Amino acid sequence: MLARFSQIPKSMSLSPIAQVTGRGVVVAGDDIDTDRIIPARYMRCITFDGLGEYLFRDVRQTPEGKSTNHPIDDLKYKGATILISGMNFGCGSSREHAPQAIARAGFKAVIAGGFAEIFFGNSTTLGLPCATATRKDLTALISIIQKDPTTLVKIDVQKLQVTAGSLNFPITLKASAQQGLLSGRYDAIADLLTNLPKVKELAGRIPSATAS
Amino acid sequence: MGKTLFQKVWDRHTVGILPDGSTQLFVGTHLIHEVTSPQAFGMLRDLGLKVAFPSRTFATVDHIVPTDQRTEPFRDSLADAMIKELRKNCSEFGVTFFDIPSGKQGIVHIVGPEQGITQPGTTIACGDSHTSTHGAFGAVAFGIGTSQVRDVLATQTMALSPLKVRKIEVRGKLGPGVYAKDIILHIIRTLGVNGGTGYAYEYCGSTIEGLSLEERMTICNMSIEGGARAGYVNPDEKTFEYLKGRPYCPKGKDWDTAVAEWKKFVSDADAVYDDVKIFEASEIRPTVTWGINPGQGIFIDEAIPSPEQLPEADRASAKEALEFMKFKAGEKLAGQKIQVAFFGSCTNARISDFLEASKFLKGRKVAPGIRAIAVPGSQGVSKICAEMGIDKIFREAGFDWREAGCSMCLGMNPDQLVGDEICASSSNRNFKGRQGSPTGRTLLMSPVMVVAAAVTGQVSDARQVFANS
Repeated sequence: MLARFSQIPKSMSLSPIAQVTGRGVVVAGDDIDTDRIIPARYMRCITFDGLGEYLFRDVRQTPEGKSTNHPIDDLKYKGATILISGMNFGCGSSREHAPQAIARAGFKAVIAGGFAEIFFGNSTTLGLPCATATRKDLTALISIIQKDPTTLVKIDVQKLQVTAGSLNFPITLKASAQQGLLSGRYDAIADLLTNLPKVKELAGRIPSATAS
Repeated sequence: MGKTLFQKVWDRHTVGILPDGSTQLFVGTHLIHEVTSPQAFGMLRDLGLKVAFPSRTFATVDHIVPTDQRTEPFRDSLADAMIKELRKNCSEFGVTFFDIPSGKQGIVHIVGPEQGITQPGTTIACGDSHTSTHGAFGAVAFGIGTSQVRDVLATQTMALSPLKVRKIEVRGKLGPGVYAKDIILHIIRTLGVNGGTGYAYEYCGSTIEGLSLEERMTICNMSIEGGARAGYVNPDEKTFEYLKGRPYCPKGKDWDTAVAEWKKFVSDADAVYDDVKIFEASEIRPTVTWGINPGQGIFIDEAIPSPEQLPEADRASAKEALEFMKFKAGEKLAGQKIQVAFFGSCTNARISDFLEASKFLKGRKVAPGIRAIAVPGSQGVSKICAEMGIDKIFREAGFDWREAGCSMCLGMNPDQLVGDEICASSSNRNFKGRQGSPTGRTLLMSPVMVVAAAVTGQVSDARQVFANS
């Protein structure tokens, strides 16, 4: 099967992601849904190209197109690669356009109080780690970043820890996601293809909906 | 020790355990639409892969289709490119496409059951979070992202970790004017918008058993709004009766075999659940949302809560919601003026929704100045509504009767709110900007409550408005 991968795409061989280091930007609030992350009317497209531009579009601009000086556009946070938010981040629609927009806007990881499940899975597949922190630790992290936006935030995927200046706190990450990120197998396609013979065998036993 | 339906279906569809510890799960039926599939087909092409089991994938077009002027090319060139791309992909990869001329087009979660493609005891996946709808038939159905759509196209499997199962028992008789929509809005309000994270919801109890399949779909549909990726109801005689004779269901002797097989996929009486919650139907009243997530709801006779009254974890979100909605704590929603009434979506645009609402709407008029639109969930629903004269009742009342699609539920097509309009909506999400205007305000409610709001021009208790109907 390895031989097969050498013929198939480079995109199937991925580098492990053991840690992410960068400056942070805080998008405050709980239950930030994927419609907020990227409104549906910006998903009228057939590729993911250019979606970064529409990240949080409706809250970054007034309906008249004026900047609201949203943290994402605030020069203080320019160059930030770690997005920090509240509870239940990414709830709602299953649109992968949401983590695609986050990644294409230059973000490498998200730290939040919790993640909706589909968003979490979509993000992990793209190699965008989603680390869950307690509200108390998040509050401390936010205050450090707001005081000094140049603070480097380090997410250690192996040790499940975040360091920012003098602050150090544990994070949680689903075991399979951690394993996938550390081994460079966070996109499952190669592993899924490996088992195709077994899949074909199982398919024979599972009825399919057929017009009759 | 007994097993739940979820565990039985999961075990049956497990291919194996992947190196990261997740399960490689076989997908019995895959549904696709124009928004989340084009990139997946693009990835297949990039990887030089084919669709592994083309007969297990079904496509339709719903999110971007205009509901008024359907002549192609669509006025919106981006939407036009999307339908053409789906047509091309289905034709190139051998996938059945319920295209507009087929007469079978509609919202993917309405088309699947209508065609009999949604069947018990199987796994279903679709690049849409409301895929949980199909659980009404005793299927385990997951909303997935586009990379997973690629995975399913290429292998008919996906990597997933098993969910815990929460039994949600609803028992007793619903009061008049209280519907499936009120049940699910009440459940979400009680358990929270993230209360279901990590769970599949098994809806059961005498109330659920008493519901039609269409009503069960409304409940399963909104599982995701409570954070649960899947929701299901154990299949029963009503399930089989609904499916019998549908185009994609087995016929004759094969039908009997299928039913016997489906009956094996119900939760055992001694199944062990990770959690159990019980609701009394008699305590549920017509529910309307006042905020910016589906858990921010109240009974129609209640006042909007002040953030201080709520658990600490909900306060920040409640404050943000009040500010956005321009509502005050302590106010009632009843009497709140609306500008738009939207009757549609995968939650509530089935025949029974239109039929029930039409009983009250007959002979009444939409209040002056209200923009009211009714969007059947599928061409099939539309056809039956026409045969029953339901479309006529809506039209005569002043509703704009449209062609099938997702429409104003998410405003990807021209059906959008304008400015900060308030919309009484039978859809599923009241997120900021959801209905196409960044400042638009959505109030979720049952279809009958939408009709009551449309005829009075304000949020109203349908039980009073239609007291003499």
